Amino acid sequence: MKKFKKFLKHRLATISLVFLILISSMAALAPVITKYSYEEQNIHQKLETPSGDHWMGTDSLGRDTYSRILYGARMSLAVGVLTALFALTLGTLTGAVAGYRGGWVDHLLMRVVDLVTIFPSLLLAILLTVYLGRGFVGILLALGITAWVTQARLVRNQIIQAKEMAYVESARAIGVSSFFVVARHILPNLWGPIIVSLTFQIPTNIMAESFLSFLGLGLQPPYSSWGTLASEGFRAMRSYPHLIIFPGTVLFITMLAFNYLGDGLRDLLDPRSKRDFAN
Amino acid sequence: MINYAFRRILSAIPTLFLLATLVFFLLRLAPGGPFDTDRVNPPEVQANLEKQFDLDKPLPQQYANWMKSVVFHGDFKNSMIYTDTPVTEMIRDSLPVSLALGGLALVLSILIGVPLGCISAWKQNTWMDSSAMFIAVSGVSIPSYLLASILVLVFSLGLQWLPPALWEGPSSAVLPVITLALRPMAIVARLTRASMIEALTSDYVRTAYSKGLTSRVVIFKHALKNSLIPVLAIMGPMVANLVTGSFIVENIFQIPGLGKHFVGAILNRDFNLAMGVTLIFGLFVVICTLVTDLASAWADPRIRLGED
Repeated sequence: MKKFKKFLKHRLATISLVFLILISSMAALAPVITKYSYEEQNIHQKLETPSGDHWMGTDSLGRDTYSRILYGARMSLAVGVLTALFALTLGTLTGAVAGYRGGWVDHLLMRVVDLVTIFPSLLLAILLTVYLGRGFVGILLALGITAWVTQARLVRNQIIQAKEMAYVESARAIGVSSFFVVARHILPNLWGPIIVSLTFQIPTNIMAESFLSFLGLGLQPPYSSWGTLASEGFRAMRSYPHLIIFPGTVLFITMLAFNYLGDGLRDLLDPRSKRDFAN
Repeated sequence: MINYAFRRILSAIPTLFLLATLVFFLLRLAPGGPFDTDRVNPPEVQANLEKQFDLDKPLPQQYANWMKSVVFHGDFKNSMIYTDTPVTEMIRDSLPVSLALGGLALVLSILIGVPLGCISAWKQNTWMDSSAMFIAVSGVSIPSYLLASILVLVFSLGLQWLPPALWEGPSSAVLPVITLALRPMAIVARLTRASMIEALTSDYVRTAYSKGLTSRVVIFKHALKNSLIPVLAIMGPMVANLVTGSFIVENIFQIPGLGKHFVGAILNRDFNLAMGVTLIFGLFVVICTLVTDLASAWADPRIRLGED
């Protein structure tokens, strides 16, 4: 409760949390709260500028931009969250094994981490989509495989530090198995840093997905995400700027919210860390 | 120091080799090939094309041939789409463009990011601090296509001061460089602020204050030098980030750089071009990380002595 009050003092983080809850519920309730379906075309209302009827205008096929942004939010947020969870699981497992076992296992796993690291992440993701396809799962895996290494490094370093601590030594001394030492004794102490890194992972992945889609290498129709909308909007930017400004701005505000929320959570849960943004 | 440098260079070679191998098989095992067009080629033509590019041979042999050509002759072979152009030539034409774009963006991000971080730390917890940090958080949050659109709408289409696209002369570089620089600028500003605040609580700063120096002198003469070491240390990964960013920026502004080639090569399954560009990127990141590490070792003896 005290912690929660401390969090509320972070005004920006609180506002961000409220915004994120709001946009997630709007995305979830999209079919209920939108007047038009995202695929409903109306050739008599093509490329309209914002009006009372179409709050954010319509695109070249007469589809309602507001509806499309809300439906796009479903894709963007789902990719962001699921990819972060995937990266978190894979990274934590690898980091825990490498850090706890040490020796050649550590060496081997860290070489894999190094290899992924020297790839500029978008380049690796693009390469992987060639192989995994550009469906929802393909994009998710491609982004996840580029993202887990940060998590692996973080957990490995924390575990190596924890290994020297008295509580771990005593657990081992009374015969607790390696798995239980890590799973029951070390990892629960790391949940703060892990939650913080999750908060920074989500926006990175949402942004990465939007970049892939912008390049035409992301989710393919019938799926559409904020990146897809921005990509379509960018081509019509000169005459119809609202088509890029609206989806771009919604993405921008969501990114801001995640970053401020991450900052707030870090101060609260992981005060010693100097980690900055999601990189 | 020389020993340290030498060891680092040696350890980069197997990494690059592994990278090349991985990408080679990843690309070729993927569905689709460079000559699968909508219009089906006559079988003889298809066979001829495949023969010309070794694609009719078994994979291990293709791999051996490609490696031989790269390692012994420094030749990445011809592009499979622009059939008469050697990949090396395409890289030679486009690499300088990407380097200029990335280099200018890096310089701009440091020139703005470091002072922004200093001011923030100096005026900690004031409105100046929170505005500077708002700029920084916005810098990592704004998608580059949105920023680029706004810049183009205002400065090219509205005010007509700057060209909206292409890479012809200094005025055309302004908008892409700003777009690309914003994110690293934000990261530099945050990092400078954090390490500056830490430096300000250290003993040597207290000593400087007790000598009666003003806070301006203490910050910009004493604390700044030490706070820049962490900034120096992230230059390597940051350059990698610039490369990633340049994909989008080159695409937005129609700049004929490496990023544009890479995206095209992947879409068209131009194996040779994709391999060439990937390796150049990999090599580039390795060199940047190496230079950063050496620079950090030079600037901070603790790193150098710890490693040796």
